[in-house]
Amino acid sequence: MDLINRLFRRMDANEESARKSNNQKTSYIIALAGNPNTGKSTIFNALTGLRQHTGNWPGKTVLRAEGSCSYRGMTFNLVDLPGTYSLLSNSAEEQVARDYLCFSKPDATVVVLDATCLERNLNLALQVLEITSKAVICVNLVDEAKRKGIEINTASLSEELGVPVVPTAAREGHGLGKLLSAITGVATGSVVNAPYTVKYEKKIEDAVVKVEPHIRKLVGEEFNSRWLALRFLEHDQTVISAVQKWTEERVPLKIKAGGVALA
Amino acid sequence: MNHSSSTTGKLRDIMKEVERISPDVTLKLNDSIVSTIYGDAERITRKVVSQKSKPRVDWDKKLDDVLTSRTLGIPMMLLLLALVFWITVTGANYPSTVLATVLFWGQDRLTDLCAWLGAPAWVKGFFVEGIYRCVAWVVSVMLPPMAIFFPCFTLLEDLGYLPRVAFNLDYLFKKAGAHGKQSLTMTMGFGCNAAGVIACRIIESPRERLIAMLTNNFVPCNGRFPTLIALAGILVMGTAYSLGAAVIVMGIVLFGIAVTLAVSRALSATLLKGVPSSFTLELPPYRKPRVGRVIIRSIYDRTLFVLGRAVCVAAPAGAVTWLLANIYVGDLSVLSHCANWLNPFGTLLGMDGFILMAFILGLPANEIVLPILIMSYLATGSMVEMDSIEALRRLFVVEHGWTWLTVLCTMLFSLLHYPCGTTLWTIRRESGSVKWTALAALIPLGVACAVCFVIALAARQAGWV
Repeated sequence: MDLINRLFRRMDANEESARKSNNQKTSYIIALAGNPNTGKSTIFNALTGLRQHTGNWPGKTVLRAEGSCSYRGMTFNLVDLPGTYSLLSNSAEEQVARDYLCFSKPDATVVVLDATCLERNLNLALQVLEITSKAVICVNLVDEAKRKGIEINTASLSEELGVPVVPTAAREGHGLGKLLSAITGVATGSVVNAPYTVKYEKKIEDAVVKVEPHIRKLVGEEFNSRWLALRFLEHDQTVISAVQKWTEERVPLKIKAGGVALA
Repeated sequence: MNHSSSTTGKLRDIMKEVERISPDVTLKLNDSIVSTIYGDAERITRKVVSQKSKPRVDWDKKLDDVLTSRTLGIPMMLLLLALVFWITVTGANYPSTVLATVLFWGQDRLTDLCAWLGAPAWVKGFFVEGIYRCVAWVVSVMLPPMAIFFPCFTLLEDLGYLPRVAFNLDYLFKKAGAHGKQSLTMTMGFGCNAAGVIACRIIESPRERLIAMLTNNFVPCNGRFPTLIALAGILVMGTAYSLGAAVIVMGIVLFGIAVTLAVSRALSATLLKGVPSSFTLELPPYRKPRVGRVIIRSIYDRTLFVLGRAVCVAAPAGAVTWLLANIYVGDLSVLSHCANWLNPFGTLLGMDGFILMAFILGLPANEIVLPILIMSYLATGSMVEMDSIEALRRLFVVEHGWTWLTVLCTMLFSLLHYPCGTTLWTIRRESGSVKWTALAALIPLGVACAVCFVIALAARQAGWV
């Protein structure tokens, strides 16, 4: 046992030095999304311990909790998004969560799902995957689901969704190690996801095909243009004005970027 | 400049394109998108989830049938609440006596030490009779009830019962023109009013949030529970002690909830007019509480936190009270001057000047109202031997002529008066308005004075006292 531990430590050290020599970044921003009552806060607390601080989201009376956790020489800065059932309607919490996912672009997003009512929770997961491909699905409360006779095939769920899926029982501390290593893979880019895409009815898809190229021309690869196209088609004023604000603020950067591209 | 105009131009083009393709069909598009996502979620779920064996008995449902039923829900809630209070009162009595004995033995030793050192009388008075005695009272009166009450409460929280309380009360709050979630913020208020006020953020509508913030003070917080429990103990001294005290405390709590509803109703009909908005409340499954962790967490997070705060405030408060009681102007102490001045008003409210003075000095933290009162009585009266509730009864009833009316009015005033300094500061920060903060102090004060006045008047008119 001791030998294995030492071996792991050596591997960690090697990995770490390799990373440092490659001049890779070692600090990542990880967002935590999920429905209320899924144990999202339990996971957040378990990972960050006492290294957390709380405040408000700018301009909103929605609690914002942040904390950090170190893993194999890396630092994960965890941002606990407000618990929501969807990202579609317009409560303050939902706006905060989706604006963060779209415009702040965390290095990875963990979506915490309640294993005892997966279907309702998957609605949020699918919406998160529409915004970002850098996601890890955490199926929490598997112990409780098991007690209720519910079995979830996480391998097949992972295949369906095209992102890593980790089963956890956070109250007991089970599965957190696997969760951290899945986060590492997605955040560092060593795992590339091919997330599930929701296909809408033809009328909507046709409209997206027409609008999306224009949006891509505007924002480039900066944001998810398909998702933005859908919100534009819905006349979602908060998203439209956020993009407008971004285009106005970005101008000097773009000139600079253009110059670099020319050189 | 060129770039800027071209990018905003691009955005305008996109908007034109969007307008052409889907001219304001927001709702229909939204519906279609939502139903597609739900459909996909259902399909995936069917693929990956298998319900192997349906558990024979669905305990969650069985429990919910009783605990959240229309008829049994509220009686069950009251029964549980009474049980918690009964356990607290019964359990706290003995350790409280032991603690008091130990701590006041300590006071005697400190007095001996002062005598041996030949310290001047004021040093002994200030440090031993002022600071030490006040802190000792806070610890011996408050620690045991807290150490029992908080774990019980946290246990119910961990079990998943508190959201059910909100569910049971939702209907009543709706009727009062307030938001159903106010039942949740009110429940938080039992822990700490400042925390309850912060929890009001979960209410989206500003109107309903303000109602919830202004009325949060009407449920007794951590700091006031021990006061209420101790006073209830005095009221029923001797006969069926624990059960009687538990019933009285529960009555006071129910009265607080009734006042919460009444004031919410009044506010939503006058200052904060409007229609209550609806919301969905998810009842989480019942979870087996982790007893060990609950006890540790409630002792660390709540008991020690509240006790620490109480001690921090009690030490200076003890010093101030001792100074006020021992600095003489003419042939009366400053404290007695103030108390005498307040006395007519206090009597009108069924109390006396010293009690009002204690509530005023106790503004920074409700925990120290009772210790300040004891201090001021002790400083003016003769020294009594201290051993918990019985001593308290002797001090109040025998030496200072309290009647049941005095105890009742003090309890009600403690329940209703103004929120503590921390809570007021929190309300100021959360509402961003001095006006609402002032109202958050004045409305409860008005209610407290009115209730005590009416009760005292009625009792005296009827000749009960």
